[in-house]
Amino acid sequence: MATDHSVHAQGHQQGGLWDGAKEPFKASYGKLMMWYFLLSDAFTFAGFLIAYGTLRFSSATWPVPDFVFSSLPGGIHHKPLIFVTIMTFVLIASSVTMVRAVQEGHRNNRKGIVFWMALTIVGGLAFLGCQAWEWTTLMGGEHMTIKQNPFGTHTESGVYLDGDGHDIKAGDSFKAGQSYLIHKHDGHWAPLKYKTETGEVKTQQMGPKAFGALFFFITGFHGFHVFSGVVFLTIIMFNVWSGIYVKRNNGNEMVEKIGLYWHFVDLVWVFVFLVFYLL
Amino acid sequence: MGGHLSYEEGKKVVLKGLILLGIVTLLEVFVALLGKGYIVEGFHLPVWLMYLAMIGMSLYKAYFIVYEFMHMRYEVPGLVKSVLLPTVLLIWAVIAFFYEGSTWRNWRQKAKDRPVTLSNAAPTSEHNPHEASSAMMKDSIHSMPADSTTSHDHEHGHEHNHGEEHH
Repeated sequence: MATDHSVHAQGHQQGGLWDGAKEPFKASYGKLMMWYFLLSDAFTFAGFLIAYGTLRFSSATWPVPDFVFSSLPGGIHHKPLIFVTIMTFVLIASSVTMVRAVQEGHRNNRKGIVFWMALTIVGGLAFLGCQAWEWTTLMGGEHMTIKQNPFGTHTESGVYLDGDGHDIKAGDSFKAGQSYLIHKHDGHWAPLKYKTETGEVKTQQMGPKAFGALFFFITGFHGFHVFSGVVFLTIIMFNVWSGIYVKRNNGNEMVEKIGLYWHFVDLVWVFVFLVFYLL
Repeated sequence: MGGHLSYEEGKKVVLKGLILLGIVTLLEVFVALLGKGYIVEGFHLPVWLMYLAMIGMSLYKAYFIVYEFMHMRYEVPGLVKSVLLPTVLLIWAVIAFFYEGSTWRNWRQKAKDRPVTLSNAAPTSEHNPHEASSAMMKDSIHSMPADSTTSHDHEHGHEHNHGEEHH
């Protein structure tokens, strides 16, 4: 394809490392380096996810994801995982439109590239919007921060002693393994009292602190990748529009490279979705 | 790279990808909700089966994205190996660290269950009750408690400490 001639078209110096008779792995310098950058990025994300898994395994209890992530915009609650499924669809859809942009790039169809890249950008922005809403709900509504995690898990079955008029009434019972959210009233935490089956009176405890920090840091790092992707997509879209890639005569390789990056962001989300929301 | 799908074939792969990834994602969510008893009242799947199914489906999605969307299928074997072989190391890292994590939990449990010897714990508890007795090992992750924001792990430690202060 046209990409095979890209190096020469870009005017590399004669005798440079990439200017031998053959390109290493038959890929251009830029594309190969994008692959290796993504490999290193995969290690970074894997490091974070391994930290998450290790801390989760080391804790006696862990917030149950389908309890924590169960709100939808418009005041809808107790619909586990629906919102994050929508977010995942948005990101998959934007990955698909990016594939189309790369295909149009191979045919040098400038209008087509710009159209599909614009849709990809819209998808990326929509995903970021969803994430902003999710964070706002968790921080503003449920008071989870990187230092505080009000999502706890019962380790034994029992009965609540007196409700505070919120969600739980006195006499409501619960089972071991069930999750709860400690509410804040007038700026103070209001954990409920309960009686265990053995008759002990106890107070709800906060959940493992690491959960908040890990959640905001890992989804934030991914969200920052999405944001950077949107910025680069926008720049490259305008460059396509201006026609400078046509002059390079390399099948719009720049579109292909940002495409690789964008699919990688989707790939990472597959695993973030798995460990944070599904397992 | 060179000589792969035609434009029309490429468009078909795109549509296939959209439908496939969408369906697999829905299946994952379905398994998660079914397994935890949200869809059929009182019905649960074994945890290992749920995890196996969801991890398997996620790996399939990852494979599809890398091989079709990122065109790994059409790269030369050397490039494929130089990118994919290093990620195999990560599988080892995941197993090793998760194993380590559960060891930490066992240690914490042991520290929590250990009977508190009052004579040793009493002097320190006057200065800082949080550092006394059996709290030493199990706090390494969740850091220090602050007012009511203590985690589960501190529960028993506090009870012991209060008891000591009354003596």
